[in-house]
Amino acid sequence: MPYPEMMVKPMREEVTRLGVQELRTVADVDAALAAHEGTALVFVNSVCGCAAGMARPALTKALANAKLPNKSYTVFAGQDLEATARARSYFGEYRPSSPSVALLKGGEVVAFVHRHQIEGRSAEQVAADLITAFDAHCG
Amino acid sequence: MSGHVFHPGHDDLHGVTVVVELRDGRTVVGRWHEKTPRGVLLHDLAIYDPASVTIPKEEWLAQLLKFGVPVDQKHILIPDDQFGGVRRFSA
Repeated sequence: MPYPEMMVKPMREEVTRLGVQELRTVADVDAALAAHEGTALVFVNSVCGCAAGMARPALTKALANAKLPNKSYTVFAGQDLEATARARSYFGEYRPSSPSVALLKGGEVVAFVHRHQIEGRSAEQVAADLITAFDAHCG
Repeated sequence: MSGHVFHPGHDDLHGVTVVVELRDGRTVVGRWHEKTPRGVLLHDLAIYDPASVTIPKEEWLAQLLKFGVPVDQKHILIPDDQFGGVRRFSA
């Protein structure tokens, strides 16, 4: 069951203020990802503080890197249910977890950071994983 | 760290994906919720049972590390007499 919007609004804004485009509907997701040819990051946001409390700061640090995806998007797991499910349909064999981060190139997942790779680690460590992926796959 | 976090007040492993070895030979990968007087409660878990899975356990764990944890079962309560040890899934 989704949390009250007033509770999650700061969590949405912590991501969107980075310039990450939020996808709230299936149509939003398809418009963003269906025919994307470059690199696209999809941040699966989450209320859960156990991991998301570190994932968002990690994303902030990673998006300060010199090499970045062409586009950066976010969906909110547990809140925007249909949009999140649709976004996950673009992740191929990678199973759902939240928070998580997918990096797609030409529509294929080339890097994926699962929840289990976020929890218990510092924002710097998670950001380093994302930056490694950006440097390897983004122009 | 963000100030926007929920459910504080749990033990250090709360919310962390762990590997739990059971004394009957099975291995469970799931999200640690808490240790209760009746045992350890995990959520959203996958179970490796050597009696029914054909690949080696290490290969199974490697697949889960790369592709994520399939939810074979939503919850499990592992009694103390079945609990054979725990470690974090990701280093």
